[in-house]
Amino acid sequence: MKKFEYKEKKDTRSGFGAGLLELGKQDERIVALCADLTGSLKMTAFQQAFPERFFSVGVAEANMMGIAAGLTIGGKIPFTGTFANFSTGRVYDQIRQSIAYSKKNVKICASHAGLTLGEDGATHQILEDIGLMRMLPNMTVISPCDYNQTRLATLAVARHEGPVYLRFGRPSWPVFTRPDAPFRIGEAELLNPGSDVTVFATGHLVWNALEAGRILAEKGMNAEIINVHTIKPLDIEAVIKSARKTRCVVTAEEHQLNGGLGEAICQELARHHPVPVEMIGVKDTFGESGTPAELLEKYGLGPSHIAEAAFRVHARRKVGNGVGIHA
Amino acid sequence: MYFEVLAHEPGAFTMDGMGEDLFFLSNGHISPVWYSVLARAGYFQTQELATFRKIDSRLQGHPATKEGLPGVRMASGSLGQGLSVAIGAALAKKLNNDDKIVYSLHGDGEIEEGQIWEAAMFAYAHKVDNLVATIDVNGQQIDGPTSKVLPIGELAPKWSAFGWEVIGVDGNNMEALLEGLDKAKSHTGKGKPVVILMTTVMGQGVDFMMHTHEWHGVPPNDEQAERALAQLPETVGDY
Repeated sequence: MKKFEYKEKKDTRSGFGAGLLELGKQDERIVALCADLTGSLKMTAFQQAFPERFFSVGVAEANMMGIAAGLTIGGKIPFTGTFANFSTGRVYDQIRQSIAYSKKNVKICASHAGLTLGEDGATHQILEDIGLMRMLPNMTVISPCDYNQTRLATLAVARHEGPVYLRFGRPSWPVFTRPDAPFRIGEAELLNPGSDVTVFATGHLVWNALEAGRILAEKGMNAEIINVHTIKPLDIEAVIKSARKTRCVVTAEEHQLNGGLGEAICQELARHHPVPVEMIGVKDTFGESGTPAELLEKYGLGPSHIAEAAFRVHARRKVGNGVGIHA
Repeated sequence: MYFEVLAHEPGAFTMDGMGEDLFFLSNGHISPVWYSVLARAGYFQTQELATFRKIDSRLQGHPATKEGLPGVRMASGSLGQGLSVAIGAALAKKLNNDDKIVYSLHGDGEIEEGQIWEAAMFAYAHKVDNLVATIDVNGQQIDGPTSKVLPIGELAPKWSAFGWEVIGVDGNNMEALLEGLDKAKSHTGKGKPVVILMTTVMGQGVDFMMHTHEWHGVPPNDEQAERALAQLPETVGDY
């Protein structure tokens, strides 16, 4: 197991804020809109540096999506900012018609995704957003794993032509990727090569997957750990290549099992290379108030849960030819 | 709008419409009228109108950008979204130092959508004064008269209270309408968005179509079309 360490913890939303400010300096076409959560989205620095390119829309997310779509017609590259819940579920039809179907170059930037939003509870903890967004034709869905990668992803989506959903979160989280690492949309990132099991993870759970890898290594299991920061388009080649190698797969995400990364991977594996899969995610239930750590533990998204899933799926690998039946 | 008002280049359509006035149809279900006008204004051949709603057509049931039909910059059909889009396009014009105007068209049933009022608040607050919204106040929606389905009250004081410059016209009188559009243009650039409330009668000029919502989504058959056109002599030759 390769060594992954962190010197500090930072919130991924701050990576977005830093990236957005850099973009503002680089490119006059960059504009930003926020629905009354400028501080929470870390957009204040952009707002102060470029007041003429920042639009405060108030608590009116539907209008924000429409205005963003309209701004692209004049050649602007709009970044919308609000919580993931209000970035997707609340404005699904606006995104569908005015952005995805109309193929407008809007970057929908969504913070406070998943359970790790914490104490605000289930009303705000959207666990369905990846599914909602990946169902839309023309939409690219990106879920970076730490502060540095969120900054790099923010820079990358500005260069990408077309609608993007960029998902990040609230809590302080280990910063373990390099600030100058390459970030290529659509390319999964092999963090640790292994041979016994593959763990495909996204967002905050990439760190948990690395922690799980350490637990597994101590018990003699060599896990291949892959960061799937781009959920759509999925890096199908990387998924199949690793599944061929390890012959069993765990998926891990801070999202419902329905509609998320795991489902996307299962679709491809079922069609191209069926192997046993265990899925770590929220199991068709809403969240609740609590600290991020408590919630990840209670809902089964912690490193130990990922490690246990790896053992389970590895045991299934040994039954039959990689298509064992889960007891 | 397309023949007397817009500064536009039908023969050289560009998505960004830099240096041109822009028009957004928000109530996308009146696409037949819009396509008909776009074709006659020179955006595409009138023969293509015959493909309307048919497979592989650029003339989708509701307007779409996917097929690249010149003149269409945004899909519409799901109601209430076009005012926000028009505001975005108007803001982009300001950022680009483009002094042209953005127009939008809405139905009065459509303004029951909450997003319209989100947009109305924003346009006033952000002084989007290069925007002229027009509303077809025909008092009809699919389920019946707006006065029965959801009485929307007095529109002029509503828009006025939202900070808009309000102009009322008889929408069935072409001269009055052009005058209203002219007046609207003269009100742009003065710190406020402008709305034109166009009072109309749905099916105006055709006795069996007037004063009812029943023709909202129903095409006439050949016999009905002939009867209707006989009452509207100025359109017969074109038909």
